[in-house]
Amino acid sequence: MRRLFPASRLLRSEAGLAPFESDGLTAFSVQPLAVVIPETRDEVVAVVRLCHEHEIPFVARGSGTSLSGGSVPVAGGVVIALNRLNRILRLDPAQRIAVVEPGAINTAVSLAAARHRLYYAPDPSSQQICTIGGNVAFNAGGAHCLKYGMTSNHVLGLTAVLPDGEVVELGGESLENVGPDLAGLYVGHEGLFGVVLEITLRLLPMPECYQTLLAAYDRVEDAGEAVARVVAAGFLPGAMEIMDRLAIEAAEAAVHCGYPADANAILIVELEGERRGVEADFGRLKALIAESGAREVRVARSSEERLLFWKGRKSAFSAVGRLSPDFLVQDGVVPRGKLGVALREIEAMSRERGIRVANVFHAGDGNLHPLILYNGREPGALERAEAMAGDILRLCLRLGGSITGEHGVGLEKRAYLAEMFNPTDLAVLHRIHRAIDPRELSNRGKMFPGGEAPALTAHGAHPLERAGIISRE
Amino acid sequence: MSPGSPIPALAPRTVEEVVEAVRGHGRLLPVGGGTKPVASAVPPGCVALSLRALAGIREYDPAEYTFTALAGTPLATVAAELARHGQYLPFDPPWADAGATLGGTIATGVSGPGRQRYGGVRDFILGLRFVTGAGELVQGGGKVVKNAAGFDLPKLFVGSLGRLGVMAEVTFKVFPRPRAFATLRVDRPGLADALATLGRLAASPFDLEGLELDPPGTLWLRLGGAAETFAGRLDELERQAGAGQRLEGEPEAEFWRRRVPLGADRDRELLVKVPVTLGQIVELDSLLAAAGARRQYGAGGSVAWIAWPGSVSDLDALLSARGLSGLALAGPSGRALLGEVRGRGFRRRIKAALDPEGRFPDF
Repeated sequence: MRRLFPASRLLRSEAGLAPFESDGLTAFSVQPLAVVIPETRDEVVAVVRLCHEHEIPFVARGSGTSLSGGSVPVAGGVVIALNRLNRILRLDPAQRIAVVEPGAINTAVSLAAARHRLYYAPDPSSQQICTIGGNVAFNAGGAHCLKYGMTSNHVLGLTAVLPDGEVVELGGESLENVGPDLAGLYVGHEGLFGVVLEITLRLLPMPECYQTLLAAYDRVEDAGEAVARVVAAGFLPGAMEIMDRLAIEAAEAAVHCGYPADANAILIVELEGERRGVEADFGRLKALIAESGAREVRVARSSEERLLFWKGRKSAFSAVGRLSPDFLVQDGVVPRGKLGVALREIEAMSRERGIRVANVFHAGDGNLHPLILYNGREPGALERAEAMAGDILRLCLRLGGSITGEHGVGLEKRAYLAEMFNPTDLAVLHRIHRAIDPRELSNRGKMFPGGEAPALTAHGAHPLERAGIISRE
Repeated sequence: MSPGSPIPALAPRTVEEVVEAVRGHGRLLPVGGGTKPVASAVPPGCVALSLRALAGIREYDPAEYTFTALAGTPLATVAAELARHGQYLPFDPPWADAGATLGGTIATGVSGPGRQRYGGVRDFILGLRFVTGAGELVQGGGKVVKNAAGFDLPKLFVGSLGRLGVMAEVTFKVFPRPRAFATLRVDRPGLADALATLGRLAASPFDLEGLELDPPGTLWLRLGGAAETFAGRLDELERQAGAGQRLEGEPEAEFWRRRVPLGADRDRELLVKVPVTLGQIVELDSLLAAAGARRQYGAGGSVAWIAWPGSVSDLDALLSARGLSGLALAGPSGRALLGEVRGRGFRRRIKAALDPEGRFPDF
C-alpha cells in the first residue's frame, strides 16, 4: 500500500481515520485499518487488486451521507475515499450526457449543465454534498421519482472495477441498449460489485415553467386523500410532498419559511413543463385542491416564493434534529392508497410507546420518511427507537410495500431483507453476489442478513447536518 | 411460430406449471407471441417453452399507477384495460396489434416512439417473478413505484432474451395518458439539417411525446395534453423546427399506430435495432444507405431501426467496426445479438449464477 500511495494519501493514525468511521447513519461506527485517497482511476484499480491479492476487505466511500450505513467501514479493512476523483470529464450538450468520476458531487453536475439549460434530475436531499458514485451504489432517489425515476433511470453507462480487479464497461452513451441491462443491475449494488470509476449520466432539458402550490390541512389523512384525488384526476406532478405538524413546526423554527402556523399537515404539489400545458393543468389542479378540504391554499407567485415552499421541506429533517438530540430516519414504501392507514398506525405506535415521530414524505410515490426521535444518552432509547423503526418496516411490508425506497438496505435494514424476500430469493441474490465477489471483499456485511455487526455506539447528528449543510431524506 | 398458430405442447398456464416445465426439461427457451422471431429463435437441442397460455392481469389498481400481469399477457390486453382508466404504458411497446406479449417486450427490451418522453421498458418495469435455470421461483424488485431493496433484477431481465430465466409474472408502472395528441411533420433539407433540428428540439423544454426521424430529412414531432393548448404549442414548435404539416384526431392516432418500428419485409430483410447517439447517425446512415438498407431513427435519435437486405455477417462487421451493437428481431434468419458486446465478463458471471447448469441457451 505504501508503494502505491504517499503518506499524505494513506491514513493510518487515529486522528486520520476518525472522520471515516461513520456515515449518515451515525449510530454505527467502525475504525478501518487504513484509508487511501486515490487521485486517478488507475490508483483505484491498483488498490482493489492489491486488496484482492491479500484478501483485505474494502469499502469505497464518497461523502459518507448514506442513511443506511452503506459506507460504514469494515474492521481490518481499507476505506477507498473517492472524493478527489470528482471531475466532470465530459459534458456534451448535443447528446445531453455528462461523463463524471465517482467523487463528483450531485449538484455539481447540474451546475455544470445549467449553462446549456440542462440538468441532472435525481435530487436526494443531501445533493449538495453527496457524490454520484454513492448515488449509483445506492440508487438514490429524491422528490421527483414518480415522474422521473431514480438514479438508475438516469445512468446510461459506467466503467467499474470488480472486486477481483477486472475492469468492465457496462451500457454506453445511448438511451437505448441491447442485451441484458447490466448497467441497470449494477446501479443499486450497495458497494458489493466493486468500485465505479466513471459514469455516463443522462441530462434533461430544464422545464420551461414551474407552478407550485402549498395547501394546509387539519388532518394528515386529508392531505393524503388530496394526493389520491390528484392522481385519480390523471395529473402527473413532478413532486407531491407532505409534512406533518411536528415537521412543520421544526421547519418553521429553523428556516422561517412562512408555513401556515396552525396547520396539522401541509401538501406541496408542483407541476412543471411547457408553459401552455402547465398553465392549463394548474387551473384544474387548483380547483381540485380547493375542493379537497384544505383550510388554506397558497400559490407560489415567483421563483423566490417557490423556493421558500421548498426550503422548509428540504430542511425539515435537520430542523427536526433540533427537537431531539438523535433521530432515526426510516425509508419504507407503501402503496399510495395505504398512506392514510400507514400514518394512523405509526401515530398509534408513537402514542403507545411514548416515542415522538415526525413525518415528512414523498406522497407521490408512497415513500415514507418517519423520523423517530430519541435521546442516545438515555439507556435503551436507541434500542427502543430501532425496534419501532423495525415495526414500521414490517408495517410497510404488510401493506404491500418495500423496506426501502431510496436509502438502500445497507447495514441498517439487513435483517428486514429476509422479511421482504424469501430464502430462495435471497439464495439467488447471494449467488449473484458471489459470482461477482466470491471472497466478499467489497463492502462486506452490507445488504445481506447475518455477518459481523459493527458496534452501535455513536450518537448525535452528522457534523455536516448540525451545520445545516446536509439533511437526511 | 406466428401469433395465430396453435399453442404448442409445452405451454404452462400457471406460475407453478412454469416451475415444473423448467425442472422437467433439459434445455429450453421461453417464447412469447412470436412477433420477434429471430430474437426468440429456438436453437437446436432446445425446447420452446411457450408462455402464451400464461396470460392475464393479476392486479391493477389505477390509483397506484401499477399493474401486475402474467408474463405471456398480450400487450393489447393490457393496453385495453389501462385505456379504460385513462392510463397507458408510455413507452409504446411495439407490435401490440400483432400479438406481442409483456414478457417478450421485456426480454427483447424494445420500446416505441413514446420512449422519448418518459423512458423505455427499463424505466417502467418494477418487479418480476421468474424461474432460474436451477428451477427456483424468484421474486425480484417489488410492486410499488419506488423500491431500492436487493439487486435490481427487473432491469437485468430487460434485454435478457430468455437466457437468464423464465419470466412468469411482471409488475409495471403506468402513467395517465394525455387527453389528446397532435403531431407536426416537418421536412428539413437533408440529414445534417434534420439532425441539428432534432438535437435542438431534444435539448429544448418542449415536452415531446415522440421525436422521430425518417432520413433524409423528415421529422415527426408529437405533442400530448389538453387539445386547447395545441394551436399555440404547434405555432411555437413551427418557430423552432420550421413550418410543417399538422395531424390531429383519428388520422394522427392512425399514423402512430401504423408506425411499428419500420415495417420490414420479413422474408427478405433483417429487422435490427441499433442503439445510437445523435453524433453517430450521419456516418451510420450513409453506410446503411449505400448498402440499400431502409432506416428510421426513433426516441430523439437514440435508436436506429434498420431493415437490412444483405448478409448478417456484413451488418455484424459494419456495427463491430464502429463499436455499435445490434439486436436482430425479425427476418429470414440469423443470430440475435450483433456487433460489439460490452460487459461480456460481467454478463458471463451473472449467467452462471442464474443458470448454473446451462439450461437456457448462451447469448
